[in-house]
Amino acid sequence: MIPANFEYHRPSEISAAIGIIQQHGDEARVVAGGHSLIPMMKLRMAEMGHLVDLQDIEELKGIEFSDSSVVMGAMTTQHELIDNADLASRLPILREAALQIADPQVRYMGTVGGNVANGDPGNDMPGLMQCLNATFEVVGPDGRRSIPARDFYEAAYFTAREDEEILTKISIPVPATGTGYAYEKQKRKIGDYATAASAVMIGNGAASIAMTNLSDTPIWSEAAGTALAAGDVDGAVAAALDAIDPQEDMRGPVEFKKHVAGVILRRAIARAQSRVG
Amino acid sequence: MKDEVPTTEERVANLKGMGSSRKRVEDVRFTQGRGNYVDDIKLDGMLFGDFVRSPYAHARVTTIHTEEAMKVPGVLAVITAADLEPLGLHWMPTLAGDKQMVLADGKVLFQGQEVAFVVATDRYAAADGVEAVEVDYEELPVVVDPFKAMEPDAPVLREDLEGQTEGAHGPRRHHNHIFTWEQGDKDATEAVMAEADVVAEEMIYYHRTHPSPLETCGSVASMDKVTGKLTLWGTFQAPHAIRTVVSLISGIAEHNIRVISPDIGGGFGNKVGAYAGYVCSVVASIVTGKPVKWVEDRMENLMSTAFARDYWMQGKIAATKEGKITGLWCHTTADHGGFDACADPTKFPAGFMNICTGSYDIPTAYLAVDGVYTNKAPGGVAYRCSFRVTEAAYFIERMIEVLAIKLNMDAAELRRINFIKKEQFPYNSALGWEYDSGDYHTAWDKALNAVGYDDLRAEQAQQLEDFKAGKTRRLMGIGLTHFTEIVGAGPVKNCDILGLGMFDSCEIRIHPTGSAIARLGTISQGQGHATTFAQIIASEIGIPADDITLEEGDTDTAPYGLGTYGSRSTPVAGAATAMAGRKIKAKAQMIAAYLLEVHDDDVEFDVDRFVVKGAPERFKTMKEIAFAAYNQAIPGVEPGLEAVSYYDPPNMTYPFGAYICVLDIDVDTGEAEVRKFYALDDCGTRINPMIIEGQVHGGLTEALAIAMGQEIAYDEMGNNKSATLMDFFIPTSWETPNYETDHTTTPSPHHPIGAKGVGESPNVGGVPCFSNAVHDAFRPFGLTQSHMPHDHWRIWKTANGLGLHS
Amino acid sequence: MSKMHVKLNLNGEEVEGLAEPRTLLIHFLRENLKVTGPHIGCETSHCGACTVDIDGKSVKSCTVFVGQVNGKDVTTVEGLVNDDGSLGIIQEMFREHHGLQCGFCTPGMITRAHRLLQENPNPTEKDIRFGMAGNLCRCTGYQNIVKAIAASADMMNAQKEAAE
Repeated sequence: MIPANFEYHRPSEISAAIGIIQQHGDEARVVAGGHSLIPMMKLRMAEMGHLVDLQDIEELKGIEFSDSSVVMGAMTTQHELIDNADLASRLPILREAALQIADPQVRYMGTVGGNVANGDPGNDMPGLMQCLNATFEVVGPDGRRSIPARDFYEAAYFTAREDEEILTKISIPVPATGTGYAYEKQKRKIGDYATAASAVMIGNGAASIAMTNLSDTPIWSEAAGTALAAGDVDGAVAAALDAIDPQEDMRGPVEFKKHVAGVILRRAIARAQSRVG
Repeated sequence: MKDEVPTTEERVANLKGMGSSRKRVEDVRFTQGRGNYVDDIKLDGMLFGDFVRSPYAHARVTTIHTEEAMKVPGVLAVITAADLEPLGLHWMPTLAGDKQMVLADGKVLFQGQEVAFVVATDRYAAADGVEAVEVDYEELPVVVDPFKAMEPDAPVLREDLEGQTEGAHGPRRHHNHIFTWEQGDKDATEAVMAEADVVAEEMIYYHRTHPSPLETCGSVASMDKVTGKLTLWGTFQAPHAIRTVVSLISGIAEHNIRVISPDIGGGFGNKVGAYAGYVCSVVASIVTGKPVKWVEDRMENLMSTAFARDYWMQGKIAATKEGKITGLWCHTTADHGGFDACADPTKFPAGFMNICTGSYDIPTAYLAVDGVYTNKAPGGVAYRCSFRVTEAAYFIERMIEVLAIKLNMDAAELRRINFIKKEQFPYNSALGWEYDSGDYHTAWDKALNAVGYDDLRAEQAQQLEDFKAGKTRRLMGIGLTHFTEIVGAGPVKNCDILGLGMFDSCEIRIHPTGSAIARLGTISQGQGHATTFAQIIASEIGIPADDITLEEGDTDTAPYGLGTYGSRSTPVAGAATAMAGRKIKAKAQMIAAYLLEVHDDDVEFDVDRFVVKGAPERFKTMKEIAFAAYNQAIPGVEPGLEAVSYYDPPNMTYPFGAYICVLDIDVDTGEAEVRKFYALDDCGTRINPMIIEGQVHGGLTEALAIAMGQEIAYDEMGNNKSATLMDFFIPTSWETPNYETDHTTTPSPHHPIGAKGVGESPNVGGVPCFSNAVHDAFRPFGLTQSHMPHDHWRIWKTANGLGLHS
Repeated sequence: MSKMHVKLNLNGEEVEGLAEPRTLLIHFLRENLKVTGPHIGCETSHCGACTVDIDGKSVKSCTVFVGQVNGKDVTTVEGLVNDDGSLGIIQEMFREHHGLQCGFCTPGMITRAHRLLQENPNPTEKDIRFGMAGNLCRCTGYQNIVKAIAASADMMNAQKEAAE
């Protein structure tokens, strides 16, 4: 498991990073924590001439709070996210979900930006970000633009981000006080992707539901959220299950996944409801 | 001031001999990163070899294009079967009497099979070389199901055996058939089945899995062209046998081969066999004149080196209506993959599967095993087990449960009324074994009392009621197992591997100042031999364990032995150690008597000294005796104090145990959580309780993995679907429960110190215990058998099939 | 592809070497620097045998390129030995409580435990089991590893108290 060779770059400005990408086109890729990309490189399923390490770019770091939103730099690691008490008080669902990602070592390296940008349907953050109605900021040769998380995912590993763009920030609206939340995940063991996972927010007459690893993209179901907001749990579950399209793998056949998706979602809803305050 | 005279207890404690939880001497190195594993070996000019492997499970290899690879910077050679053929090394013998391709010779028989070996200056260049080799394949029809493989029109897998109707173990009746092995009395067993009050019949499948030690397999070969000597370091559980095999297949004289097993990062049976990588590293070193290292990665490990199990066991068990078992019948279909590369004693092509009558007094039994080729990786090794004992134990412990269901009996009681009784030992089983000793009823009652069995059943009944009333979606399962192991292979009269008798050895040398070095034919892979064998010597000859160096694994210095697997180190090499110690003790007695000026018979051994009988103030310590052996001319006695013992065990040993598991099942998600696990082991005399407990914890965790999720799975095309640690289940500390350990002590009557071995018991007993707990949870709903592994979706499927989701 | 100049502060010493950018830290440590405590178990960041400490984080060194750690502080199990060469507390407690068998996972385990106890000096059994879940062991069943880490915490705390 040895990757092919490449040139290594570690720019300290986002513009420099974009410059390198522009110069080398398809031959260049950015690396954040590397815990998705490097295994692919070792299997030689990803090969590139130029690897652009984003770790020195200050703009991509840090977590900022305002009354209405939380803005996280893309290079925020899962570990930093778990460790941040302010974040835990404003958006406790993030911590609850992050603790269910991979294992301690991977969480020190794995970044939120990498997790949402890479487009792996197994990643937990994309569904969660859709549930929270987050917005991703990307920067490219033509400047900055914002993409709602709910519009970001097109297919497995295909997203609305252009090849020459870098995902820089994640902006999450802070839910109203008293909003109930839950991230529920069934997995075979620590370090596994979800067999089925579900993010639920509920309160103040609104609700939002997203599902992870049950389709080739995360699934946010507007209909499910609407039903749940109206107090119709069965309707919410039915709508969410209608939206998913799980594939068979070593975690189990489709029939099983559909069933546990419903179970996990119901548990998430129940826990979220219990937290409405 | 008066001299402090140590008491007998203090002198015993000072030895840190048998029975003490001596801290491990190995750990001082290991805890600071100073182990010396194969991949830690660095030699000047050392090259690295890496394999091109087949992406197909069954294909013809038409052309191997190596030109581009040879242009890759750092690549020095690309070796193919065509290069090995003139040396006669393109195929190698397996330990099971079959032969196996070293590199693809015209075709491949499983995904991941070795096709070419790229030798380069380092592992990065070698990997680049592998990428640059192009191979033309013509795909052939794939067979992954052993039953389909035996159909008349199944594709021919082993074209090299075409027309061969006689195999290493008797007649072959089909082109994909390897052997039929029969034990017991077929006619009598069928008669018992026909006449029985009750016969329970079930197919019990023990799925394919893999030992997967944390360190993968590897080797470093260094051919010194000046001296003509080959040194081969490797992950070898049997270094001496490897030396002999290398000599036989390479033609290099055995004295010119030095095999060294350095520290080994876990074996569990994975490192018993001979692999293509070993052979290729040797050939590459001969060709290049430089040392060559080969280390497989985890995917290669899971895809190509020895798998375990894959036994389809069709069983019938007959009993009276009161539950007394009258007969057992078993037909096993054994999937060996593309080559029969299992590592069993030669006369036992299905290992000790004929221990499948278990702990029970079953008067009549019959076993037949058919070995079959499929397009899967070769192997069939004993994964933390003594040669298919795991399969046998799983079979009988499931059949007992199936019978209990049929009889509507409590499975604990059914076991109790069928156990071999204490007074029946030595017990001759219907399938040919002589069990050395046991006291199953005592162990069983102790276990049931320890867990509060009746209370557990009452709690389970309550929970079942709550479930039926819709108050809970969790079911409680109580898993029971009483297993009997058969370990310590074995008596040379019936146990050999490639003609090498399965004795083992120990050589002890006492230094003039009273410390010692001992060398054995075994090799530790984490069992702590350097600690425990020194304890045996300490107790036998009265030298503190801390003053004894222990070495294994270097064939130039250690006496010949068959290695460490099948829990054989303590039963065989441990016995050799005691016997070598006794030889030394006998000589020490003569020296002591001479020094004390009494007759030999007038001195007796006392912890660490010989004393004159009736005059305990007159004594010579072992330290004094050791010095005398080197500096005094004792009439009729050679100078020096050393001995070697090659121990041919008179019988196997039969450790046993009683395990009870309680788990809770989430019917809706299929998740199972172990609430309690109690393990009582009887391994005879206990050498180091701390290490025994550690072995039990580890073996149970491997059992948990196997029972609850760990499998090597293939799709219809023969693609391995479980070749990374994402999908191949190894539990973390989070999924692993705490275990309660306990013991009884029933020494082996034929072993010099009464020890039986323990390393594999928890795997042998653990797997059926976890599995029985899952089955037990669903018993009230009519489940008799659902195959392992009991991962979430399979448990869910069971619940679904029983209508528990509607 | 030209080699890059890599500098690390390794176990308190400045070290350097030349390596291709694709060189994984585990190989740089083991091959270039001959620091063979960290082991290679899976190469897919599942097993944790290669765990090292980088700037106060536990990291699986099989999944990091040398360029990414250039200029950083790296601690391996070799660096956790006391200055006088005796075993550090965690190392000693692993020995005391039989927290290792074959020893292959041990360097990664101990290095990870070191960071866990720095961050959480009073872990519960659950904290330990959760915090160590990135390290696989095939031999011990974890029970004695958990015990060894709990004992290490107690001993470290006692030492801290004595010093105060």
